[in-house]
Amino acid sequence: MKMVVTAGTPGSGKTSVLMHVIRDLKRVGVKPALVKIDCLWTEDDTRFKRLDVPVAVGLSRDMCPDHYAIYNVEEMLDWAAEQNADVLLNETAGLCLRCAPYPDSCLAVCVIDVTTGPNTPLKVGPLLTTADAVVTTKGDLVSQAEREVFRERILEANPRCRIIEANGLSGKGSAELADLIRGWSDISGEMVLRHNPPLGVCTLCTGELRVAKDHHRGVLRHIDGFMEYTGE
Amino acid sequence: MKPLTLTIKGGADKDGRADAVNEVEIVSGEIIGIVGPTGSGKSTLIADIEQFAQGDTPSGRSILIDGEEPEPTLRTDPRKKLVAQLSQNMHFLADMSVEDFLRMHAKSRGKNGDTANKVVELANTLTGEPINPGHPLTILSGGQSRALMTADIAVISDSPIVLIDEIENAGIKKKEALHLLAGEGKIVVVVTHDPMLALMASRRIVMKNGGMTKVISTTDQEHRVFLDIEKVDGWLTTLRETIRRGEVVVA
Repeated sequence: MKMVVTAGTPGSGKTSVLMHVIRDLKRVGVKPALVKIDCLWTEDDTRFKRLDVPVAVGLSRDMCPDHYAIYNVEEMLDWAAEQNADVLLNETAGLCLRCAPYPDSCLAVCVIDVTTGPNTPLKVGPLLTTADAVVTTKGDLVSQAEREVFRERILEANPRCRIIEANGLSGKGSAELADLIRGWSDISGEMVLRHNPPLGVCTLCTGELRVAKDHHRGVLRHIDGFMEYTGE
Repeated sequence: MKPLTLTIKGGADKDGRADAVNEVEIVSGEIIGIVGPTGSGKSTLIADIEQFAQGDTPSGRSILIDGEEPEPTLRTDPRKKLVAQLSQNMHFLADMSVEDFLRMHAKSRGKNGDTANKVVELANTLTGEPINPGHPLTILSGGQSRALMTADIAVISDSPIVLIDEIENAGIKKKEALHLLAGEGKIVVVVTHDPMLALMASRRIVMKNGGMTKVISTTDQEHRVFLDIEKVDGWLTTLRETIRRGEVVVA
């Protein structure tokens, strides 16, 4: 079984690109199964189901969506195996830029929207810097020069990545990504994350609503950059 | 610049019917037009050429260089890219100064960053209001953006194949711009509704419903019409400049 984890900011075109990739994979006889992870609500599953592929949805609700995706990798793989799939496509909610939900032996794909400007690749963090492939979308909305500057910025942040210029509407680039998926190795052994998640436990995660400093515990960072541990 | 041949191998129109034109060969030094009603697939054909389609785009067309399938890095690496494109989308979204942007673009094309000043200088010969290298890109007008991109293509991209999508709506001196882009011995593919630009080309591909329906070679009669349009266009340009300068037109 191959596993592809697709991350990227909301609205960057993850779902549209994956829909074209599913068509391309099916055309050459590869059977994909898709798990869409989101936080509170999604209707992307109905879009995927139109392509006649097995689709499952996971809503993380009160849990961090990336942690939820990572925590449920085994279940997702078991489910994909039950569907007789060759490839598990996991579309993440793609929110937090501090984290990157990529296990080491998966194909890690970061989808990024060119219209967000050439400083974005520097802001996105491990989601981009630890990806194997960076898929740029909406390039038709800017000039060739701006696309090339964007590309240069991606390579500054992640010199080893494969860049694929895609278009979620026309399907440009999806065949290239589908080829990359077909050539990727199967997952094997114990999987380890490529990047360490944020430090410690957050008081807000456990339900604290009060704003004042006194009520917060854990590894905390002040606006001047000073970091401290507060707690037992 | 080494002369080369660009071949467009026909694919299919929007309904999947094969292109009536199954092959077009274009050699260095030629200006070729793409014409057709809006929505007829002109920009799609330009996109096929830009990405060196290999039957893997919705049109199913393939692009050959010197009769052969281009190697994959020619499709993606800007340092090796053979194609420069002036597209309809000329609004900059990058939050950078003109100079920083041009320096970064020069770097992405493997050129010296000092070419940035040359680009601005050249752009200012095409546009009314001069561009200041220190200004943010996002405040440039449509005409200034187009002038800057035209100069960028001439200086930084400097590729043997130049694709132009509807330069006539740009608010810049179109004939000068086309000459600048065509440079010495380049292949220029220009999408246009403008009779002057269309007849300046030696041939034009006619698009309909996403397909290439025919290729027309510019006739001698058309060339004579072109010379007349050129005179009219020169007169209109003079009038436009007079009005821009706030002067009164005399009959």
